[in-house]
Amino acid sequence: MRLHGIRIPHKKNTAGMEPVRIPVPGTVSIPMSMHIGKPAKVTVKKGDTVKVGQLIGEADGFMSSNIHASVSGRVQKIDETVSSDGRKISSVVIESDGKQELCENIKPPEVKDFESFIKAVRDSGVVGLGGAGFPSFIKLGINDLSKIDAVVINAAECEPYITSDTRTMIDKTGYIFKGIDAIRKYMKVRRFIIGIESNKPEAVKELVKYADDTEDVEIKVLPSIYPQGGEKVLVFNTMKRIIPRKRLPIDVGAVVINVTTLAFIGEYLETGRPLVDKCVTLDGSAVKEPKNVIVPIGTSVYDLVAGAGGLNCHPKKVIYGGPMMGIAVPSPYEPVLKNTNAIIVMDPKESGQPKTTPCIGCGACTNHCPFRLDPKAISRAYKLDDCEMLAKLCVDICMECGCCSYVCPANRPLVQTNKLAKKKLKEYLSERNKVREGKNKSD
Amino acid sequence: MTKLILSVSPHIYGKRTTQKIMLDVIIALLPAAAASVLIFGPRTLLVIGVCAAVSVCSEFVFEKLCKRENTVYDLSAIVTGMLLAYNLPVSIPLWQAAFGSVTAVIVVKQLFGGIGQNFANPAITARIVMMTAFSGTMTNWIYSATPKTPDAVSSPTPLIAAAKGTTSMMPSYTELLLGRHGGCLGETCALALLLGGAYLLIRRVISWHTPAAFIGTVALMSLICGKDPLYQILSGGLILGAFFMATDYATTPPTKLGKLIFGIGCGLITILIRLRLISQSLHV
Repeated sequence: MRLHGIRIPHKKNTAGMEPVRIPVPGTVSIPMSMHIGKPAKVTVKKGDTVKVGQLIGEADGFMSSNIHASVSGRVQKIDETVSSDGRKISSVVIESDGKQELCENIKPPEVKDFESFIKAVRDSGVVGLGGAGFPSFIKLGINDLSKIDAVVINAAECEPYITSDTRTMIDKTGYIFKGIDAIRKYMKVRRFIIGIESNKPEAVKELVKYADDTEDVEIKVLPSIYPQGGEKVLVFNTMKRIIPRKRLPIDVGAVVINVTTLAFIGEYLETGRPLVDKCVTLDGSAVKEPKNVIVPIGTSVYDLVAGAGGLNCHPKKVIYGGPMMGIAVPSPYEPVLKNTNAIIVMDPKESGQPKTTPCIGCGACTNHCPFRLDPKAISRAYKLDDCEMLAKLCVDICMECGCCSYVCPANRPLVQTNKLAKKKLKEYLSERNKVREGKNKSD
Repeated sequence: MTKLILSVSPHIYGKRTTQKIMLDVIIALLPAAAASVLIFGPRTLLVIGVCAAVSVCSEFVFEKLCKRENTVYDLSAIVTGMLLAYNLPVSIPLWQAAFGSVTAVIVVKQLFGGIGQNFANPAITARIVMMTAFSGTMTNWIYSATPKTPDAVSSPTPLIAAAKGTTSMMPSYTELLLGRHGGCLGETCALALLLGGAYLLIRRVISWHTPAAFIGTVALMSLICGKDPLYQILSGGLILGAFFMATDYATTPPTKLGKLIFGIGCGLITILIRLRLISQSLHV
């Protein structure tokens, strides 16, 4: 059995380009929330001098992440901004002195056992770099290590344009395997599967070279069918295991980790340099010279584009991430985040949206959905406010990959409605639970 | 400062549109039209033209009157018109063809909400209405081996010939394949229809499930009932129905399993009508 998906243009124009560094920007603005969970607490104040790698935001509570200065210089202000998902967060704005002096206390972490390994991962400030931004130390900090059968390394990079993971695999292969070594040693895992799409032959070649020396690393070359890198899709296609509704990969014995995240952990264990730089693919129809660039976290899109060769026309849309699931940002002054792997700048033509026409009932949406949901029925139930029906249609398992909207010949906003329906169902269910609890109490 | 577009993902779209799908169906219907001109003469074009034109006009006028959005550009009205024409004998009076087109587009399609909302295939429903209304002209099967001669003769369709037991009038396999026999103007040439069906399959406008289940069931059931399966497949409107009608998006299931079940159902009903109803009505 094979999961459904779609064939989309790959546009991996930058796969062969080694990442370049651009001049350090004048200022960087580092938000305190670049992860899933509670925003970090600011530990610096206006006027402080900071160095690269210095802690400026401390993890607040369990579900949070450390944040470090990405440039050396002076803290200009603590800004209150609205993030792309609408939350109010503080950002530390640092004026760079251009020297990029490294913080003195950066040194390789001392790792002896599982606890110190997880602590090191936590200290590094690493989060899911594939785009999700889930704090990695929580993902790896599993209470019962015997539950893990295999670690699945997500190297699918199934979105068009993005090649930053490809570059990691070609340029930092050694660090990937250092990361694997650490997990093998401290988490007692005996099986590693690297899931990679077939459109990255050069990366596969590099990985195979290193994997030859190991016995427990399997490289699984998967067909280039979007969304191959979806967590549940990848676990099914590599391990043939189905993650049930409302469950996580660990419930079927798998830990899924992005390849760049893993390479970063490998690198951190060796150097102790926290997550302060990011390799970002800059591409899209409005970009003059598409390329991979390494920039300090907090660099604005504007500075990044200017430093990387500029645009060939007025941009109409700026996307963080790939064009299938990425987020359109409101201004060119948005900063690069920890989990930004690509910035796509589109010209007016590419950003044009086709006209929505009536549904013709062709069933392409259902027939291309990896989970075989029925977006047409979901849209109808959403319009009718029929939340029981939404629950029956399992809209909550929708991973929002966008295949349905992509294939729809009537260009109906299907995944967009799914997102709204998911929210509506969630509210409905929590409301219903409240009512039930109230009833139980009064009984 | 330039204003940026904010929208929810995805930010790219596939190239397939309703209009392109309908255009593919029209292209797939063309070989049968060409064959029909060769078999039944140039009046074929007149019938197809009238049906298509009236369909488009009725859609346009109805949407104007109802202040609905104009959907003529999606080409589905042309497909409906052509399919209806393919279900008519070449000798049909043009006003009757026009009446059928109005029925198909306005009554079956637009009154139920337009494209995608119709409960039944507009063309086939209009054919049924016309069969009841104009049973005489609707069953006037004219066929002449040389269409240019003025004295065209009435000829029974292969199925009627077979049911009557007039074996002398039953065409051979080759003749069935080429469509050189009586029948509706678009249904006789199996070869041209198969060509169109193959095009739709290659372009992925339709999937193989419905036609395969439909034709397969007819073949199997004919075998069981002691009829010649190949003859059953090649005669009548089976191939037109299996590739162009039973694959209608709005009125058939979207999933593979659904399509298979639907195709089997179509096949069973076809055989039932052919073996029971046609022979009974002829014996009365």
